Amino acid sequence: MNGRFSLEGKTLLVTGASSGIGRCVAVECAKMGAKIVINGRNQERLNQTLSMLEGIGHQAIAADLADPEAVEKMVAQLPPLDGVSHNAGVSNIGMIKFLKENDWNDLSQANVFSAIWLTRCLVARKKLNRPASIVFTSSISGNDSVRHGEALYAATKSALSGFAKAAALDLASQGIRVNCVHPGMIETELFHSAQEVMNQDLDELKKLFPLKRFGQPEDVADGIIYLLSGASAWVTGTELKIDGGYTLT
Amino acid sequence: MTLDQFVQQFAEQFDETPANQFTPATDYKSLDEWGSLTTLGVITMVDAEMEKRITASNLLACTTIEELYNFIQRI
Repeated sequence: MNGRFSLEGKTLLVTGASSGIGRCVAVECAKMGAKIVINGRNQERLNQTLSMLEGIGHQAIAADLADPEAVEKMVAQLPPLDGVSHNAGVSNIGMIKFLKENDWNDLSQANVFSAIWLTRCLVARKKLNRPASIVFTSSISGNDSVRHGEALYAATKSALSGFAKAAALDLASQGIRVNCVHPGMIETELFHSAQEVMNQDLDELKKLFPLKRFGQPEDVADGIIYLLSGASAWVTGTELKIDGGYTLT
Repeated sequence: MTLDQFVQQFAEQFDETPANQFTPATDYKSLDEWGSLTTLGVITMVDAEMEKRITASNLLACTTIEELYNFIQRI
């Protein structure tokens, strides 16, 4: 595809690419002409994603981004990047009175610190071209709305979006844009495992969305592609809600 | 955890229903306060206090608190 939405000639890092939104972003960005470095924890599933990518020159690096040393090691291997789509993250559902001492550390390490440390290492090692674009997959949770049992998850996602805004300001002078997408309920493996626990009536749940369906990973990938492309060249520090209108009501 | 302790823990997940309304024979789904919040409360209580994973489907499949307790003992 030509024009300002094209990713032709760009090299991108896509984290969380072994499943869900991250995998879809990698696939869609490759279709748009980018060379992709994919990251995830599970080498086998990462290889599956790699085999799904159109075009040539893609590579996979397995690393757990909650581990600061693993992040530094991965960043050292990266080529210069035009963009990053950071999707790595985990979920947690539970009532406040049953939280365990380590729950916050574990979740914030995976959802917030991974993003902060990845950004820090990319900038310190000068792995980002000028211009470059970083897009964090945050959530409507904690930023725009919350549901029962999401206290820790919401806290990590609003921390992530807060970091993104500050990073957007700090890195603007280097030509690096930083933005977030805030997805609503997206039909991924995470969605289905939460669904299994809560056994909610899906048809009833769908009625909460003015656009009358759940999101698909492609809905989020399209927003991320916009924020990675030249079409958003004057957009930084923004939060793009992709929620089928859920937070309007 | 004994059945009596389980009934007490179960009751604590409810903010409005008085604790004396809970017995082993209580049909919990017939309680006015039964819903997504109390479902989540019972699921996380069982996880935290009994280290067992149950789902909302398991809660729907049982009728009384004792039946649920016996189900959890078997998993």
